[in-house]
Amino acid sequence: MLESLSQLPPGLWQALGLTLRLAAVVTFLLLLVGAPLAWWLSVSRARILPLVEAVIGLPIVLPPTVLGFYLLALFAPESWPGRLWFRATGETLAFSFSGLVVGSVLYSLPYAVQPLASAFRSVPQPLLDASTSLGGSGWTTFWRIVLPLSWRGVGVAAMLSFAHTVGEFGVVVMLGGSIPGKTRVASIALYDEVQKLNYPAAHAFAFLLLVLSFLVLLGMALVQRRVPRPG
Amino acid sequence: MWMGCASLLLLLLGAGSLAFPSRVAARESNVIAIAAASDLIFCLEELNAQFCQLHPKAAPQVTAGSSGNFFAQLQRGAPFDLFLSADVRYPEELARSGKADGTTLTRYATGRLVLWTVRTNLSVTNGLTLLTNPAVRRIALANPEHAPYGRAAKAALESAGLWHVVFDKIVLGENIAQTAQFVQTGHADAGLVALSLVSAPKLKQTGRWWLVPESLHPPLEQAAVLTGYGRWNEGARQYLDFLRSAKGREIFERFGFRNSAKTD
Repeated sequence: MLESLSQLPPGLWQALGLTLRLAAVVTFLLLLVGAPLAWWLSVSRARILPLVEAVIGLPIVLPPTVLGFYLLALFAPESWPGRLWFRATGETLAFSFSGLVVGSVLYSLPYAVQPLASAFRSVPQPLLDASTSLGGSGWTTFWRIVLPLSWRGVGVAAMLSFAHTVGEFGVVVMLGGSIPGKTRVASIALYDEVQKLNYPAAHAFAFLLLVLSFLVLLGMALVQRRVPRPG
Repeated sequence: MWMGCASLLLLLLGAGSLAFPSRVAARESNVIAIAAASDLIFCLEELNAQFCQLHPKAAPQVTAGSSGNFFAQLQRGAPFDLFLSADVRYPEELARSGKADGTTLTRYATGRLVLWTVRTNLSVTNGLTLLTNPAVRRIALANPEHAPYGRAAKAALESAGLWHVVFDKIVLGENIAQTAQFVQTGHADAGLVALSLVSAPKLKQTGRWWLVPESLHPPLEQAAVLTGYGRWNEGARQYLDFLRSAKGREIFERFGFRNSAKTD
């Protein structure tokens, strides 16, 4: 197996690198966007809350092709979001790395927001009240009380966002255009290898992905166990 | 309570479909399962309609995709009776590996490649040189690694000495229909697609195309074959005959195919 790994076409290593880069960028953005959103979900009493929760959770149920299709339609070069995007980035949303980032962030949003929100909710209310009564602003309370007590949730959110982005296929097939080094991620590269009937390379690559994914999850699980349970 | 009923129902449905495999049902209802290259998607609607007039009981079922993908699936015993490839090589290979009946190999038509754009500010009259125009930022091809039209497109660009010039603009569709979709939605400024797609009623009024001379690429001769799975399916054999009948040829011609010279 190791021997066949050394014979993997360079294109597959490139695809793997691209996938890890995409997953890292998406995970970072999801934590950035997901944390305030999850915080709002966990403290808000707004009546539209169930509505917002349902919308965020959609990608869990929705086929990825639906999301891909809507993104293609919404960001068509002739449409105004498409023109706006082009002016901002200098490229079309389809066939670009940043396009995959947008698609992946939307597609993995619930996997970041839901663990974060449940972690935030489990922070004891008296601690929040104490912080406020001692003059801590909402911001201070979030940074110094909520976040330190929610590291487990943050870890789970990061892990799921990363894993879900690595495992993505449908959105990328619709938006990507399979450009080496830009949009040909690991799942697409494997698909292409299989269609080329290049089974030895496909086997080696699939096995590599399997092992890597397993190691990421195992590592995360071990880290999770080390972190003391909050509260 | 409601959830319990729903899951019980799902369980029963699941068990039912396991107990009565669709293959048994397929044999009784004259289904002809067709795996077709996606340059045929529009053409097949017409072919199936005509075939069903001749054989009212027949029920052709089309799955469209890239020929290379179907080849890989059929090698693993995918349940299709007929394989309509966008080239001759895949059906031949399939017959050679014993997964299809080589004696039924039917060269049904020859496809044509076109340069296509829906941009109103671009003109196709000067042919492939359009692709070097800076206004063309994205060029869609089918993936040359497993789609015959992609191979033809790559060959044409190489013959024209443009492959390396436009390489950075190229985006790859999973099959020729997705490639056309990239162009039609404007995400790609131009593309090399199948004439059979852009001359179909659905796309006829969309954009402008330029026929790529056949001297620039190997001919896109297409063949069909009866698979091992379909060898007992009489309807599938009739369908193969129909592809080469006068009616079948007339439909292929209407969709921009050239009739194959060879009949073997």
